[in-house]
Amino acid sequence: MEIFQNILNALQFGSFYALIALGYTLVYGVLRLINFAHGDIFMVGAYLAYFVAVTLLGIGGLNLGLHVDPALALAITVPATMILTALVGVTLERTAYRPLRRKGADRLYVVITALMAGLVLENGNLALLGASRKRFPDLIDKVIWNLGGVSVTNLKVVVIVAAIAVFLMLQFIVTRTKIGMAMRGISYDKFAIPLMGIPLDTIIVVTFVLGSAMAGLAGILFAMSYPILEPYMGALIGWKAFIAAVVGGIGDIRGAIVGGFMLGFIEIGVVAVFPSTLRDLFAFSVLLIILWLRPTGIYGVAQTTKI
Amino acid sequence: MQKHTFTIGLFALIALIVALSQLNILDQYYTSVIMFMGVNVMLASSLNLVNGYMGEFSCGHGGFMCVGAYVSSLCTVLMFSKNQILGAPLLPPQLAFIGFPIALMVGAGAAAVAGLVVAIPSFKTRGDYLAIITLAANYIIISAINNMEIVGGPRGFMGMSATDRAMSGVIDLPWMLIFVLLGSVFTVWLLRRFVTSTLGKGVPAICQDEIAAEIMSVDTNRMKLIAFMLSSGLAGLAGGLYAHVLGYVNPQSFDIMRSTEVMVMVYLGGMGSLSGAAIAAVSYTVLMEALRFLDVWKWVVIPLLLILLMQFRPEGIMGNKELSDLFPKLRKYYSFK
Repeated sequence: MEIFQNILNALQFGSFYALIALGYTLVYGVLRLINFAHGDIFMVGAYLAYFVAVTLLGIGGLNLGLHVDPALALAITVPATMILTALVGVTLERTAYRPLRRKGADRLYVVITALMAGLVLENGNLALLGASRKRFPDLIDKVIWNLGGVSVTNLKVVVIVAAIAVFLMLQFIVTRTKIGMAMRGISYDKFAIPLMGIPLDTIIVVTFVLGSAMAGLAGILFAMSYPILEPYMGALIGWKAFIAAVVGGIGDIRGAIVGGFMLGFIEIGVVAVFPSTLRDLFAFSVLLIILWLRPTGIYGVAQTTKI
Repeated sequence: MQKHTFTIGLFALIALIVALSQLNILDQYYTSVIMFMGVNVMLASSLNLVNGYMGEFSCGHGGFMCVGAYVSSLCTVLMFSKNQILGAPLLPPQLAFIGFPIALMVGAGAAAVAGLVVAIPSFKTRGDYLAIITLAANYIIISAINNMEIVGGPRGFMGMSATDRAMSGVIDLPWMLIFVLLGSVFTVWLLRRFVTSTLGKGVPAICQDEIAAEIMSVDTNRMKLIAFMLSSGLAGLAGGLYAHVLGYVNPQSFDIMRSTEVMVMVYLGGMGSLSGAAIAAVSYTVLMEALRFLDVWKWVVIPLLLILLMQFRPEGIMGNKELSDLFPKLRKYYSFK
């Protein structure tokens, strides 16, 4: 029975990694840019969810005198957080990445900018809100079903279902719609796309909106599952999700999902057998070996270089 | 005379700093800032070999520094100090002058071997995927040390200051300062000699075009192996010095934040410029100390400054040039190899 419990936990953790990895992979697929600030956008998403939720419940944040029912509060918090987080992502793109792109700066400088933008978000949060941790309010009652020794909470089910739904939606958008076609086109040839009458900047903004909204969703779900928020929560999980995206083959949506769940299973599997302090060591060693054997990840396609 | 002016000037400067520190004109605080400058110069210039000259994106430099720091600390603690697990000192304090550099070299060698973890995958992988491998290597090293009880695990490891005490007990001089300054001069000298040598020309060749370099008979795999191992070995040397300057190390101080810091110095100084890396390391250390009064906001201001730098002067302070390229007329007073 323990093994089913572990599989469930692995699926839950993998869902978080997958949701964040999707954001990395979307932006990378379009711009060939590693958006290192993405883990911190996830953190901002969790904090935004916190502020929206406490404001609605009337227990902190902006004092609007609201006392909304928790279920309704959740229904408002989810879309509100996704929109606000998407705004943060777009702002970042507008202020930091777009000027560099316009100048035709080397990809590397954009990566450094992204890294620094992540630090600004992290430490700006620390400086503004202080080091005290925030406790996310309970928005839904926890229901525990006991299925033959395996305890299943409603939250875990929601998290896993959300990750799979988001994957299916993004896969549909990228492979079946016109916008998705434009995204794939940009990754294929950034210079020919504007000549075909496709607005480059709009497509890139849409990409950032999608990626950041998913990070926001992951932020809410994470905050509901582990209700303690702190400014550095996005850093480690962001790096890990990035590694998951690369192992799956960065730039491919299926890769993000597979990589995310794989990382989840490796981590939980290690903890089930070895002491939990060895988790990172084993997880990263396995990932290193995978990259060693398949240098472009599971779904990645080797890029041909010409002389 | 012209042949030696630069060397003489450099060693006069080192002697001046050491003398000022010995006479207590520079107090402990300034001395330690200078020592951190030296360590940062070593880190930045060694990373510059991979990120600047070879054009790869290595973001795990802190891990190699960690290996060097722990291995050399373990050596000196074994030799010169009393430790609960490792027992009484094996050697008398007079031998610290020989033992300490040897310990540093052992640490550097261990770090160079750790560099193989990155160097061997780099034969097949480039760019973003290699960046992940370096990142994963950093995490692996940190969490391996976190799980080693003999070096204290996450609590950290100490006892290195006994070496410093042993040396100043014999001859009263600021030995750590001397070793750090000599170490940074050695690092920059070695890297300079390497990248301007016939063999080392292969490194920028890989940066410009790997396949073309291969056709022009550059053994790219061998060059990558040398570059990664040299870079991580020098990072290990810097780590060893850092550990002995501080007298205490813990794995958290070598995590991804440290690697980011070193990367920042490299790009601040300009890729492929050793003098740029040195200038950036010095000015970054000064900036960090000068902005101390900002407290938490320091970590907001410094990244913002870098974002602005990337927007307005993305090639860094020095671009691709060396200091000697900027002042060509001064060349008649010295010759620089």
